[in-house]
Amino acid sequence: MGRFAPLLPELILSIGGTILMLVAAFTGRRGSGLTSWLSVALLIAATFALMGAPSHAGPVFDGLIAADLFASFGKAIMFPAAAIAIIAAHGWFEHDHEHSSEYAVLIVFSAVGMSVMVSATSLVSLYVGLELQSLAAYVLASYRRSDERSAEAGLKYFVLGALASGILLYGISLLYGFTGTMNFTGLASAFGRGAPSLGLLFGLVFLLAGLAFKASVVPFHMWTPDVYEGAPTPVTAFFASAPKVAAVLLATRVCIEALGPATEAWRQIVIFAALASIFLGAVGAFGQTNIKRLLAYSSINNVGFALIGLAAAGPQGASSVLFYMAVYIVMTLGAFLCVLWMRRPDGEPVETIASLSGLSQTRPAFAAAIAIFMFSLAGIPPLFGFWPKLLVFNAAVASGYVALAVAGIVGTVVGAYYYLKIVKVMYMDDPVEPFERAREPIQGFLILLAAVIVSPLGYLLIGPLGALTDRAAGALF
Amino acid sequence: MSQLPLLSILVGIPLLGAVLCLFVRAEAARWIALIATLLDLALGSYLWALYDPSGPQWQFVEFVTLGGGINWALGIDGIALVLIMLSVFLMPICIGASWRAIEKRVPEYMAYFLLMEALMLGVFAAQDLFLFYIFFEGGLIPMYLIIGVWGGAERIKASYKFFLYTLFGSVLMLIAMLYMVITAKTTFIPDLMAYDFPVHAQTWLWLAFFASFAVKMPMWPVHTWLPDAHVQAPTAGSVILAGVLLKMGGYGFIRFSLPMFPEGSLQFIPLVFALSGIAVVYTSLVALVQRDMKKLIAYSSVAHMAFVTFGLFAMNRQGIEGAMVVMLSHGLVSGALFLCVGVVYDRLHSREIEKYGGLSNNMPGYALLFMVFTMASVGLPGTSGFVGEFLSLVGTYHASTWAAIVATTGIILGAAYMLWLYWRIAFGTARTKEAAAMKDLSAREWWLLAPIAAAVFWMGIYPESFVRPIRNDVGRLLVRLERVAPAGDSQPTPGKPKLKVIDAEGQHGEAH
Repeated sequence: MGRFAPLLPELILSIGGTILMLVAAFTGRRGSGLTSWLSVALLIAATFALMGAPSHAGPVFDGLIAADLFASFGKAIMFPAAAIAIIAAHGWFEHDHEHSSEYAVLIVFSAVGMSVMVSATSLVSLYVGLELQSLAAYVLASYRRSDERSAEAGLKYFVLGALASGILLYGISLLYGFTGTMNFTGLASAFGRGAPSLGLLFGLVFLLAGLAFKASVVPFHMWTPDVYEGAPTPVTAFFASAPKVAAVLLATRVCIEALGPATEAWRQIVIFAALASIFLGAVGAFGQTNIKRLLAYSSINNVGFALIGLAAAGPQGASSVLFYMAVYIVMTLGAFLCVLWMRRPDGEPVETIASLSGLSQTRPAFAAAIAIFMFSLAGIPPLFGFWPKLLVFNAAVASGYVALAVAGIVGTVVGAYYYLKIVKVMYMDDPVEPFERAREPIQGFLILLAAVIVSPLGYLLIGPLGALTDRAAGALF
Repeated sequence: MSQLPLLSILVGIPLLGAVLCLFVRAEAARWIALIATLLDLALGSYLWALYDPSGPQWQFVEFVTLGGGINWALGIDGIALVLIMLSVFLMPICIGASWRAIEKRVPEYMAYFLLMEALMLGVFAAQDLFLFYIFFEGGLIPMYLIIGVWGGAERIKASYKFFLYTLFGSVLMLIAMLYMVITAKTTFIPDLMAYDFPVHAQTWLWLAFFASFAVKMPMWPVHTWLPDAHVQAPTAGSVILAGVLLKMGGYGFIRFSLPMFPEGSLQFIPLVFALSGIAVVYTSLVALVQRDMKKLIAYSSVAHMAFVTFGLFAMNRQGIEGAMVVMLSHGLVSGALFLCVGVVYDRLHSREIEKYGGLSNNMPGYALLFMVFTMASVGLPGTSGFVGEFLSLVGTYHASTWAAIVATTGIILGAAYMLWLYWRIAFGTARTKEAAAMKDLSAREWWLLAPIAAAVFWMGIYPESFVRPIRNDVGRLLVRLERVAPAGDSQPTPGKPKLKVIDAEGQHGEAH
């Protein structure tokens, strides 16, 4: 039993998820509320289990998985995010009587996949975790069967995702063929033996390309706006938060643990991907009229900033990536919870930016919350979204990449334009038909909580959160 | 020294007021805002009274560490003190100016103004580099909303321009700050002011800071956001923009660029003088042809701020003290001039100079006060404008004769556009019937303008009150600049007494 102790969170989720699936099968539509709340309870229990699980257990199962602090940090932000994605669906699917219990169960399985992703220390477990997460995600994207956009999103996501998996597998096979090992430490020592061979370099590039797809990093981002727009909004909220964090954290671990000695080889790729994501994410959002598409570009843009921290490498860079993703997840979930509340008086959801016109006069508190998330996503002080941006730039400057930091920060100004546009629409335009008043106290509380965290009060978190990310990043070195 | 965290309270009062405003109706919000700003004025005056000019450089120091490389470090020297005084003095006047002029969404408006005040005071009081940046940038959000929601017809464009222009300037400064903190291993501004950065790095650091402060100041050619923002902003917004926000640029130069990068500053004196010289002449000429009163005053601001940059980069006592007095004086005078425009705008809803005329007939009180501020803007002896401009010109003359010559033309041009403006508005006969029917100042408007007029005369007649707190700090800055201060081209040179020359020639002749 002792050797399973580090896996306690995953065990809780896997066993619990399997049981819930049976519950769902037997209760059908009637049990959807029950399974949802039980799933939330499972995720919360898994989060608490993180504290109990020994976080320095080192490699388990012959080095397939590491239950270190880095993985625990990732799980500690992803599990609650997954739970929020379940809560977000409450009251959403009821509108069109489609809410069946599988939604919550799928998210639980996706969470298992993500937690394997962030703790993977072998290419096999990496792939298994990634696929487990992705397969659940493909189904979730097309969850509203009757909606063409949702079906299209699912199909698009699946076809492109399968392609990316293929690329990733090809990279894995190359790496395995040229090194004879799947293990991250084994890979690192293979890369450490002088300049990497051409085969190893190809393997590295394909591996990173596959990961870039999962994290929706330019140039592998094309699916993002379409899938985000088409998927049901609670699912979009989920996609933009937890799986994104998992992919970025996985990429961080691969780059530092497995490819550490080849830093010079992957750094140029990461720098390109970071800057391309920042600028394309900013420019792509300009003409958007759909808020979900706009947030999709915003998420591309934000991952670009996190990658600046990764490009800086070193403990400081890794720590800034963790900090960035932790704050990002709060801002994104907050913003998407607000989008969930955008409903016409007849209850029909709306997604156009124009429908927000004059919101500050019809729903001042709601408008203020969106404005806080927008300014924070743009990284304007005194909101808390500024601080993680500062940290990634700081890491870049500290490792001598001043030009990268300058280019990135110019990108924030370009990006600020479209965030300002939303604030302008809410505050400076004339009011249109007001939204339906939401009756979801738990979601309201979550929006409030997220808004408080990204408000200037968040600066009080810098000390503890910074210490935590430093320690978590230290686990990689 | 008192144990109360006075500076935190100073920042906290308007913040609290802002939150309260959001939960009440229009009339209550007005009163909350007025009371909060008056409390801050009282507290500011108390600080001024407590401040010991011959004491330590940093007073009222507070330090709470937040961890992760940022500290809640506050503390002020004399330079920050006088600018804080300027801010707390102008704020209640701004609230008063918006009392009736703002009718829609009043609680929100007052909340943004109070938030603005808290952030401005934070800028001047911050002793931590990142804390400074947060306050400095944070001010963009409320100002963006003030211009965008309550501004004139072109408000949206103006608000975007204001926000993105100033943001772009500032982000480069942030990278420079990161470099500084990594090099010097401290975020504490007083330590950084004494740290010698490598000379080659100073060039880039100086330019990065210059990008931010030059936009804020604003200096030619990055001033173009200012006329738009000023014209479109509501009256009180213009007052605070001209009165305090522009001063952040000058404050930045005096707090960061000069003491932290002396060699870098020396290198770029020609650039600063050239840009300031162009600003003085060019923007004055542009001001001369404006038809819109607010635009005219906005351009005059750019010209006046050039005196500040001239004085600061002369790097001598007269220049820097003069620059400080110009900043204070311009804060009062341009604020008052915008209020004067606001007074007639509230009555006629037009800023066109064409529509007015002969106001001295039906608005004698208004004409009197407007004249006082016009004269102060021109720099008439006895008003605050004279003291500052004279000192900074003397300082500039020490550093560079040519710069002083160009700068002085600004006084003449300034007189031209201001006096012409006054003539067209106050003298002659009314050009429209509506202008002739306007009523003179109400009691509220007297209360807004009279205190500024009193301060203008006080600063003009007895500037010592305002120079005393900053004297030692300017001295400390000069010590820091000693090794680089330019020698100047107008040194007193020993003459060649004629008598000796003749003697020498005589001897010369005798020897042969």
